[in-house]
Amino acid sequence: MDKITLRVFRGDVCEGKLVAYEVPTFPGMVVLDAIHYIQKNLDTTLACRWNCKAAKCGSCSAEIDGRPRLLCKSRIDQYPTGVITVGPMRAFPLVKDLVTDVSWNYRTAAKIPPLVPKPEVAGKPFVMQQEDVDRIQEFRKCIECFLCQNVCHIIRDHQRTDGFFGPRQMCRIGALEMHPMDALNRREQLKGDAGVGFCNITKCCTEVCPEHIHITDNAIIPLKERVADDYFDPVQGILRKIGVLKREKKQPMESVPNEQTRIHDGK
Amino acid sequence: MEAYETYEYDVLIIGAGGAGLRAAIAAREAGCSVGMICKSLLGKAHTVMAEGGVAAALGNMTTPDGQKEPDDWKVHFVDTMKGGAFLNNWRTVEIFAKEAPERVLELEQYGAVFDRTPEGLIAQRPFGGHKYRRLNHVGDRTGLELIRTLQDKAVGVGMDVHMEVTLSRLLKDGDRVVGAFGYHRESGRFVAFRAKAVVLATGGWGRMYMYTSNSWEGTGDGVMMAYEAGAELMDMEMVQFHPTGMIWPPGMRGILVTEGVRGEGGILRNSQGERFMFKPEYMPPLYKGQFAETEEEAARWLDDKKNNRRPPELLPRDVVSRCIYKEVEAGRGSEHGGVYLDVSHRGADYIKRKLPSMYEQFHALGDVDITREPMEVYPTIHYTMGGIWADPETCATTVPGLYAAGEVAAGLHGANRLGGNSLSDILVFGKRAGEGAAAYAKTAAQGSLDEAQIAEEAQILLAPLESASGENPYKIHQELQETMQKHCMIARTEQGLLEALEKIQELQRRAQNLKVEGDRIFNPGWHAAREIRSMLRTSEVIVRCALERKESRGAQWRLDYPEKDDAFWGKHNLIAVKEADRVKITTRLLPEMPAELKALFEENK
Repeated sequence: MDKITLRVFRGDVCEGKLVAYEVPTFPGMVVLDAIHYIQKNLDTTLACRWNCKAAKCGSCSAEIDGRPRLLCKSRIDQYPTGVITVGPMRAFPLVKDLVTDVSWNYRTAAKIPPLVPKPEVAGKPFVMQQEDVDRIQEFRKCIECFLCQNVCHIIRDHQRTDGFFGPRQMCRIGALEMHPMDALNRREQLKGDAGVGFCNITKCCTEVCPEHIHITDNAIIPLKERVADDYFDPVQGILRKIGVLKREKKQPMESVPNEQTRIHDGK
Repeated sequence: MEAYETYEYDVLIIGAGGAGLRAAIAAREAGCSVGMICKSLLGKAHTVMAEGGVAAALGNMTTPDGQKEPDDWKVHFVDTMKGGAFLNNWRTVEIFAKEAPERVLELEQYGAVFDRTPEGLIAQRPFGGHKYRRLNHVGDRTGLELIRTLQDKAVGVGMDVHMEVTLSRLLKDGDRVVGAFGYHRESGRFVAFRAKAVVLATGGWGRMYMYTSNSWEGTGDGVMMAYEAGAELMDMEMVQFHPTGMIWPPGMRGILVTEGVRGEGGILRNSQGERFMFKPEYMPPLYKGQFAETEEEAARWLDDKKNNRRPPELLPRDVVSRCIYKEVEAGRGSEHGGVYLDVSHRGADYIKRKLPSMYEQFHALGDVDITREPMEVYPTIHYTMGGIWADPETCATTVPGLYAAGEVAAGLHGANRLGGNSLSDILVFGKRAGEGAAAYAKTAAQGSLDEAQIAEEAQILLAPLESASGENPYKIHQELQETMQKHCMIARTEQGLLEALEKIQELQRRAQNLKVEGDRIFNPGWHAAREIRSMLRTSEVIVRCALERKESRGAQWRLDYPEKDDAFWGKHNLIAVKEADRVKITTRLLPEMPAELKALFEENK
């Protein structure tokens, strides 16, 4: 196949349509290459985010034939019909063409305090075994492409961005909650504004993760269990009350200053 | 002139990679209000692409006899100076080597989760030019870990983040920088920033070459804004060619293959199966006796680093790149014109654990299973050692109110950077720049923004949209890439450089009249029109400096001057500065290294 047809969504919130472009191919070509070809040769106004073109930065998220993908990691030869349809992520407000307004993700992230080292290790080199960090390293592979946020039906269909931080931030909080040296009680936030209870485990997020992070199984489910242990399990509640069950006391969320980071989105 | 918004901060940070974010943390902790300008979205900057590790002499690694490797800042200092072919500023390197371990440990306090040693400490891997295992790492995605950690921490300490803002001009009040001007990519609306001090942390410039590991952002607009504002640039001829970029398939050409592959035992071979790095003629005199001389010794080194020397694949990047170039030129290249890099002997489990993204990258994009077969690699444009001259202590540039840190600054890496030193560079000097700018901001009042400068820049920006006809910026960009790739790559000659200069000047004339279609809303063509001007000027400075330095040193390899000239060029940096709209280039004597540091080279022979 020396040519393909790329049907690209062109437009903004008011109106839009699919526009077909004929693009020559070469070995190893990815969909992002085809977009670049269009920008250079056919239409310099086609808007698309990208940075690294090596699947490391998570900028070029879009929907290819309706499936959420990174444009830089989608080989043309995976689409043998020679016709490929590319559109923007649909859970986020459209800016133009393939570009959406993802600033909500950053505003949400700003509500999660970074690691607060336990007093006994503050300012000292951490001693942690590899086995103890393996599971949080999985979450830290996240490249923030927001494809998981894009397919999460709490966000996409129910638009509950007011109640649920989304799978990406579950990984972020998971990496902190399971960090051997973190002093903060993260479960408060998980139950509260992060809204872990909203997820009903359809695993759509896991399916689309380009980093193959087991978001539902390894982050969300264990976090739900931890919240349930602390807030909803009557037996554990009684055992804690009478002192049979002891759990490490962590600092409350309000013990860290809430610095106001503002995310400007350029509107 | 149309209306525009103005934001005001104590410290304005331009560039949201590792250096900018670390500067933001430092400036905030010093009590300043901080505005952070991202060219892209937050957390997507080039730092994310660093793979192998962050170099800092923690000395965590033990040899089979249970002893710790005797690494310390002094050995790191010596390695970095040697790697840079002694063109580095000794004081910058001294500060760097001393402070890097503290900065890495601090990252752990911020939440970075490095790979661990059996004792539970941060794991370190070997890398080119580093005598001991010194690269603190997380598999082969160390850059991602760094930027995410710094991003979360910086957001945690509080700042104003402006994403997808294109700045194209530093604003001056007299001789002092007092702000910057540009536009929002999303809306195309103009925006101005007023600040008591400005930190430039805009990274490097590789996009003027055809094959590069750099993202689209590496167009030199940061360094050119500083140049236009009157700042001195140094060592601009020094552009690093990373020895191992992907070469096949064509869509992947230039994408980085981490040096970690060689650190983990990767072997380079030519088409005849020779492990060519062992050829005696390829060993630079400076490193003679310090590397394995037989393949058997190199194989033993994998398990016993104390009693065996490193394999020659771990020579500094400039050396390995030249060797690959020579092999291919001599007709011993691979099928697609590179050489083979093979790590399959380490076994699939080990490779997938230590080099997971390399495995994924070749598997998904190149149809190559690196656990079973070799990769094909060729040098790719990777890093710029040169940049804005910055004071080692405070990162102040030669323009009051302007600070520079990270890849955009010069002085640390000299003629060639060692792998892993860029990540510790951004930590050490990001912090110092943030502190330097904060200290300046405390003594300075806000300057006033000059409407004339703003109106002039707005007019430059709008011209390609308003023009009835003109050139396509993408076309000029492509011609520039072809020229730089052909004449200003690994091997340079006077004739080639002169041809490049002539072509660049022609392109500069043509770029005076550009035409782009569409409106101002997220318009890549419009964006390209401003960037091409930065790229052309940056290329001009690189070529002029490369012409001037009549010797071969580090990344600068002149076929017509193949030897090092220690008597003159070994003692001089090249300085470029704007003078009456022309590039003025002068030589400057390197600062003299104190005797106690000179003695370290004897101790660490």
